Amino acid sequence: MPDALLAAGLRKTYRAAVALAGVDLRVGEGELVGLLGPNGAGKSTLTKIAVGLVRPTAGAVTVLGHPAGSTAALARTGYLAELFRFPGWASADEVLALHQRLARSAGGARERAELLGLVGLAEAARKRVEAMSKGMQQRLGIAQALIGEPGLVLLDEPTSALDPAGRRTVRELLEELRGRGVAVLLNSHLLSEVELVCDRVVIVDHGRTIAVGTPHDLVSAGGVEIETAGGTQRFADAARGDVPALVARLVAEGEEIYGVRVVTGTLEDAYLKLVGKDAR
Amino acid sequence: MRLVLQDLRTIGGYALREAVRRKVLLVVVVLTICFLALYAFGTYQAFKEVSRGDGGGISGVEEEVLTGSTLLGLAMFVTLFLGTVLAVFVTLNAVRGDAERGLLQPLVVRPVGRTTLLLARFLAAAAVCVIYVQIVYWSAVVLTNATGGYYPGHAIAGAVALAAAVTIIVAIALLGTTLLSSTANGIAIFMVFGAGLAAGLIGQIGTALNSDTLEQISSIATWALPFEALYQDGLHALTADIDGVTGVIVQLGPFGGSQDAGPLLYPFALVYLLAAGWLADRAFRRADL
Repeated sequence: MPDALLAAGLRKTYRAAVALAGVDLRVGEGELVGLLGPNGAGKSTLTKIAVGLVRPTAGAVTVLGHPAGSTAALARTGYLAELFRFPGWASADEVLALHQRLARSAGGARERAELLGLVGLAEAARKRVEAMSKGMQQRLGIAQALIGEPGLVLLDEPTSALDPAGRRTVRELLEELRGRGVAVLLNSHLLSEVELVCDRVVIVDHGRTIAVGTPHDLVSAGGVEIETAGGTQRFADAARGDVPALVARLVAEGEEIYGVRVVTGTLEDAYLKLVGKDAR
Repeated sequence: MRLVLQDLRTIGGYALREAVRRKVLLVVVVLTICFLALYAFGTYQAFKEVSRGDGGGISGVEEEVLTGSTLLGLAMFVTLFLGTVLAVFVTLNAVRGDAERGLLQPLVVRPVGRTTLLLARFLAAAAVCVIYVQIVYWSAVVLTNATGGYYPGHAIAGAVALAAAVTIIVAIALLGTTLLSSTANGIAIFMVFGAGLAAGLIGQIGTALNSDTLEQISSIATWALPFEALYQDGLHALTADIDGVTGVIVQLGPFGGSQDAGPLLYPFALVYLLAAGWLADRAFRRADL
């Protein structure tokens, strides 16, 4: 089976500005990959190239074995843009019906009802877009991206306008998609969310891939803290496996041990270490 | 092919629904009813004045014919202007505007193709504008006939010319929307329309002054903007049968000179339309959204 998304040596320049400087990326079938990076790192450009909205300067992208942007590729791709809008005069049901026709989906009213239910908009089928909150519109955007049972879904900041309950809905939805074998490329700034649901994480910065791995791989150990009678002692370079030896040594030195904590880092720590803390 | 036709219908229907729901068409319909009511009143009054016949007219001039053809020339000019306004509003955001607002991207990522998307927008806009100018034009013809008994020669040729002219304007507007933002495109199209009108007036002045240079400038400009040449040709078709002094006065009418453009006008207009369509499609397919 071909990869859901395969990008090789992807470059994109806008006159003098380099958006992508040779990115390689692979999303396997049914894999959930998080795409991270600071503002202007090239994440949105990469996803836009994958759906044919932007033409690459060099390099190649295939979607499920078809050239990105081709009719065959688009027929199997769902996409939610970072900045999108649906016509205010249309109802949620009308928006989905339009996209069903364009995506050649035969799902009909049943698919529309199922998708609206999936994103928590079952009661808003007849509600006009202009009367919806931003969060509701974002949920509708996600439903729209899932029309026609795509093999690859690209979500560019899908939770930026959602409240915590909405984020949880999206998280559950992503897990559901994974269960169905749908590959997802999730472009998000919410690192905790990515850490929770993604199989792999790709971090890009200045148009280049700077780290790839599972969230577990990328998260470094944060040391060991041992609570003794004299206070908490911190061993920054120690890992879980070092705990017995450390405890034995401290006891041998006459310390009384009251507690041991293995400190693990977060994806956020790893991310900030890789891209730096300067805001852009 | 079946899928392309289905896509054309879907996107065309979407564009039409948008025009209806955004109340663009409602505003146009209300304003058009106002214009036609005013036109009917004005025409009625004008014919009433002429029929009194106090003997102050120019010798040899058929006053009913002069009145009827001049008023119909006015109607034709206003019809093209209103058609241009409508063309600008239904195509204003079609590409760049909708892309800037994020409305276009969800459609472009569907397996439809940008060419089909653009063609559908063109067909929908052209259909709306052509139907609209036909309704206004034929309403004016009927009102002129009902109030003064005047019916132009070759009325159908005038209608065809208007339909072709407004189709060209839609194509130019759609080309503009692939290159310019909404406001810039709207301004540009009205300026292009104004340039065409100015070209027609320069031609009239050239004829009156017997200036070959002015006539040549007008001729080149009207062919560069063939909606003006089509308008002049349509106007000529309406008044071609009028002879004598009345014919001379009517030919110099106040709403742009009527000119028989010859048999090459329509083939040229078709080539122009295809060229504008090709340029718009090329620009749209190369655009990063």
